[in-house]
Amino acid sequence: MSARTTGSEPVVQLDGLVKRFGDVEVLRGIDLQVARGEVVCVIGPSGSGKSTLLRCVNLLEQPSGGRVVVRGTDVTDPDCDIDAVRRHVGMVFQAFNLFPHLTVLENCTVAQRKVAKVGKEQAQQRAQHHLGRVGLGDRGDAYPAQLSGGQQQRVAIARALSMEPDLMLFDEPTSALDPELVGDVLEVMRGLADEGMTMLVVTHEMAFARQVADRVVFMDGGVVVEEGPPSQVVDAPREARTRDFLDRVLNPTRARGADG
Amino acid sequence: MTTQAAPRGRRGLRETLRSPRRRARLSRGVQYAVLVVALVLLVSLADLGEIRRAFFNTEVAAAQLPAVITVALVNTVIYTLLGFVLAFALGLVLALMRLSTVAPYRWIATVYIEAFRGLPALLVFIAIGTGIPLAFPGVFLDRYLAVTLALGLVGAAYIGETIRAGIQAVPRGQVEAARSLGMSQTRATVTIVIPQAFRIILPPLTNELIILTKDSSLTYVLGSTFAQQELTQFGRNALNQYQSLTPVLVAGLCYLVITVPLGFVVRRLESRTARSR
Repeated sequence: MSARTTGSEPVVQLDGLVKRFGDVEVLRGIDLQVARGEVVCVIGPSGSGKSTLLRCVNLLEQPSGGRVVVRGTDVTDPDCDIDAVRRHVGMVFQAFNLFPHLTVLENCTVAQRKVAKVGKEQAQQRAQHHLGRVGLGDRGDAYPAQLSGGQQQRVAIARALSMEPDLMLFDEPTSALDPELVGDVLEVMRGLADEGMTMLVVTHEMAFARQVADRVVFMDGGVVVEEGPPSQVVDAPREARTRDFLDRVLNPTRARGADG
Repeated sequence: MTTQAAPRGRRGLRETLRSPRRRARLSRGVQYAVLVVALVLLVSLADLGEIRRAFFNTEVAAAQLPAVITVALVNTVIYTLLGFVLAFALGLVLALMRLSTVAPYRWIATVYIEAFRGLPALLVFIAIGTGIPLAFPGVFLDRYLAVTLALGLVGAAYIGETIRAGIQAVPRGQVEAARSLGMSQTRATVTIVIPQAFRIILPPLTNELIILTKDSSLTYVLGSTFAQQELTQFGRNALNQYQSLTPVLVAGLCYLVITVPLGFVVRRLESRTARSR
């Protein structure tokens, strides 16, 4: 079976995705498609299941039901080689998760060398290229602990890009950053989007969603409440729940009723 | 507070005890006083001449050289390292078994660890040194093999638990990041988790080495020729020969020559780990 997708085939396709943790149903039947080159932002209140959704795409969480198809491969099929799929799917975590015992450059070469079996020189070249792209070409010899949070997250992006993925998953990439460091990371992500990278982004950055996303998905209570272009979902939401959420995010200090 | 503070110098005890800072200063003063009194008593009561004759007989001490170093100290180090190598290898296997998804492996490792952690090391030495040759006539355990086995089997139980704790102390996100890059579970464990676990367990592992150094003294139950003696046996034999405690002191100092620097290393490693967090 060919793992390659044709132009029209979506890079990610979720059909009725269900995820339960014990008795708690976190995802209650999600249908979602991400086309090649598309940037999809998932927004919603905490506990709405958006991170879980993202983690089901590369099987960091095992779906309880439904189908997850990535680049034409059904990853929910028990016989699928998930490691092979993950090689083409980059992921950026909220907590960076850089490898602290490796230098910045080694962080970006270790998977190339050990997984993709790329030669040492080529791996370093690629790593250097992507580090340069995130503006850290001169920090290859540093250890993660010597970098600021924003720099660490940019290294994490370069690490994922070094595997030359054709889908990038971002799990609240700026939520652990000091406010003044958020901009640099978002700038790198915007650059990626402009170059045509397929991206699925869980975020609280409404400005980013509005400016960069092709499509915004609003989730609440484990279901997709509303989706569409940002001009609709962010600027003119139809659903009351979406309006309420956006109001809370965009006007956090405004006095509200009972449970505000 | 209704009363004015009493003028300085005329403060009563009760007044002093009311302030936590003064109370702490008073307590410290009392502790120093007790220490000084104890030292004075010790020096005045002890018969220093007798002590010097028994422990610090320079002639007897000189007679221990060079064998106490070239034979006894060297053997202690050799036995310890042999035991540590086996303990470490077996401990790593036990740790991975304890963390296995295959339940019987977990059970076996748990039973092993509980058993060997609960037994006196001396009993294991007796079982291997005396028990095996008696129970299986014809089986001859080379001395080095016997020491390695006895120290290694006991040490593995402790080191296994240390390594397991270290592996579990590596944050889950590290494995997730490795897996998301396409690494298999095994590859992630070998390349990402174990190197980090070792940084975490270096201090407790060094402690295990100190404990093994001392446990190597149990080799005496195996009996030994002069060339096979380690520090404790050496000191004990010299004690009988010279009827003096000095050889015991010399042997003790030799242990400290090994263990004190190791302890220093542990503290350095611990402070380094504390800083990098």
